[in-house]
Amino acid sequence: MLNYVIRRIIYAIPIIIGVNLLTAILFFYVNTPDDMARKILGEKNVTPQVIEGWKREHGYDLPLFVNESEKGAGKVLRTIFFQKSLPLLWLNFGRSDRNNIDIRREIRGRMWASFAVALPTFIIGILVDITFAMIIAYMRGTSLDLSGVVACVILMSVSTLFYIIGGQYLFGKMLRLFPISGYSTGIHAVKFVILPVVIGVISGAGGGIRFYRTVFLEELGKDYIRTARAKGLSEGTVLFKHALKNAMIPVLTNVVVSIPFLFYGSLLMESFFSIPGLGSFTIDAINAQDFAIVRAMVYLGSILYIIGLVLTDISYTLVDPRVRLG
Amino acid sequence: MPVILATDLIMYFLFLMAASFTVFAARGGGVCAQVWRHIRKDRLAMVSMFILLLYGGVALMDSIRWRDPITAQDGTFAQTPDGKRIFNPQALSLLDRILHNLREDTEKTFSPPFAGYSYVKEAIERPNGATERDYAPLKHPGDHWLGTDKVGSDVLFSALKGIRTGVVIGTGTTIIIIPFALFFGVLAGYFGGFADDIIQYIYTTLSSIPGVLLIVAFMLIFGTSGYQGGLVTEDTLLFGFFVPQDRLFWLCVIMGITSWTDLCRIIRGETLKLRELEYVQAANAFGVSDTMTIIRHIVPNLMHLVLITLVLQFSSLVLAEAILSYIGIGVGPETGSWGNMINSARLELSREPVVWWSILGAFIFMFGLVLPANIFGDSVRDSLDPRLRMGKR
Repeated sequence: MLNYVIRRIIYAIPIIIGVNLLTAILFFYVNTPDDMARKILGEKNVTPQVIEGWKREHGYDLPLFVNESEKGAGKVLRTIFFQKSLPLLWLNFGRSDRNNIDIRREIRGRMWASFAVALPTFIIGILVDITFAMIIAYMRGTSLDLSGVVACVILMSVSTLFYIIGGQYLFGKMLRLFPISGYSTGIHAVKFVILPVVIGVISGAGGGIRFYRTVFLEELGKDYIRTARAKGLSEGTVLFKHALKNAMIPVLTNVVVSIPFLFYGSLLMESFFSIPGLGSFTIDAINAQDFAIVRAMVYLGSILYIIGLVLTDISYTLVDPRVRLG
Repeated sequence: MPVILATDLIMYFLFLMAASFTVFAARGGGVCAQVWRHIRKDRLAMVSMFILLLYGGVALMDSIRWRDPITAQDGTFAQTPDGKRIFNPQALSLLDRILHNLREDTEKTFSPPFAGYSYVKEAIERPNGATERDYAPLKHPGDHWLGTDKVGSDVLFSALKGIRTGVVIGTGTTIIIIPFALFFGVLAGYFGGFADDIIQYIYTTLSSIPGVLLIVAFMLIFGTSGYQGGLVTEDTLLFGFFVPQDRLFWLCVIMGITSWTDLCRIIRGETLKLRELEYVQAANAFGVSDTMTIIRHIVPNLMHLVLITLVLQFSSLVLAEAILSYIGIGVGPETGSWGNMINSARLELSREPVVWWSILGAFIFMFGLVLPANIFGDSVRDSLDPRLRMGKR
């Protein structure tokens, strides 16, 4: 088991390096430091001297991959790639371009706000989706099943923006049940978190319920279910004890991958509800064209996704004894 | 003088695809006829197809555009000193010209749907000379079915202009990536070995970066240049009529970069399976070259996957466009799009009295496209891939 985990992690390393290389090419080669300086300092009235000064100040004045002016190891060490991109590997994100803030400290401070919104959305979302999916699957072939599926397609066809804006308007402004946006630490966070969680669950419900319904129906069509029914087991036992257990595998693929992302939060939700998490951090950086932060967030997002993939593979071995570790 | 944007080519290609689909479906046999036979029996899918064709028709009309020559005061065409005609910088589309009433009949500011009076009080002069603040009568009372927005332009017209953007993003993104996904997918699946390893590594790495973030990165770096909608200047034109630097086109390409990996993975898997089938083995045994085998035997048997991807990705791409435009990294501000409409109308919800029609118009038009697209897509998928059929037992 430990062997397998270690091997799985080793497989992830080339991909992490690939992502690092890709972000370096995108953010330093395609979009040169001169471009960055011009965007940050403003397009007009910028002299080359000012640009050079800004680059030196932020450490972008080095060559990208090979520094010919240095000797020995300096050829590689004194480069943008080594000083700016490689440290991302050990999660050293450096400082932001605009306000010179420490990105890692900022991320540490903000990730809990993201987590506070994303975790309840995630858990309640899964419970709601699976419950409804099981009810619909239990009623398969009836008019309830049909109307359930139709409702799912309609829910899926509505833009997330509509759920957010409509929800804010209805619950925040008309009914005044919750504050429209904002955040607070500690126990007071609850009242700010409820509305985004509800909206998050509803906006994800259409696709989620439909997906889990397919999963359950696929399981229910299998031979072992027929055997269980032939034995005379009740439909409830068949559904909960047999089908649900075996449906865990496709469910896990869908679920475990997104667990690390809970720290990242949602770009849209956080910017609409002014939650000071990583999602709104990214949106602010986009608006301010702060490339150091965007680069850090792109990289962090990829790392979290890769961790999610590794976790998924490991969780397979835990729920499905057929998955061999070889 | 015609003006053709890079994205117009997508629309023309889409039109050709729809036309050839009709021809193939009518001739019988093949994937198209299979889809058609299934859809014909599905009433909901037929209705959806009809709505989609309506949207497509509007988008196509909005993709045929030309510039009018400027006439001088004496009625002749204005000319440059070397005898060339001067054209109006505004390239109006067929849609603009048909709906010129909607486009030109603007008001001063907000007015609700079907209203006869403005939504905002202003100083008006009474016949008796007195001035008072009241709701001014509109210039075109009752003509604005969805009301007018802040600068007084018709919301229905803006929503109609958003259709082209939605359709282009929804289809163009997938159309652009199909050749690449096919090429790399088949290459990896058919030949295996080193090529397979490299291609798998590339798409695993690319798909490890969350889609939105990759689009953000690309758009921040490339996205803000190019033709953004609005006036056409001579230096953006190639050969006098073609606009290659179209921001909407680049948005399609960039969204394509993030979504080709899925299609590529599916195609690779299917090719792996097809390679072992008897007819491919037979072709190999008869000494048919690899290229011919791929063209004659592999690729035609992958087309159903391509079609499924095209219809199933459509709705999520349309929804994604609105979100990207909302974040400010989508289409240019002068390109009509539902995301832009939502973005500019959002703050109007918080003013008193509330302005709701503008944002609702955008959402209704978006919903009207995405819902039929979802239903139609499911039906096409069901007709082609019984294994993926959603619980119809």
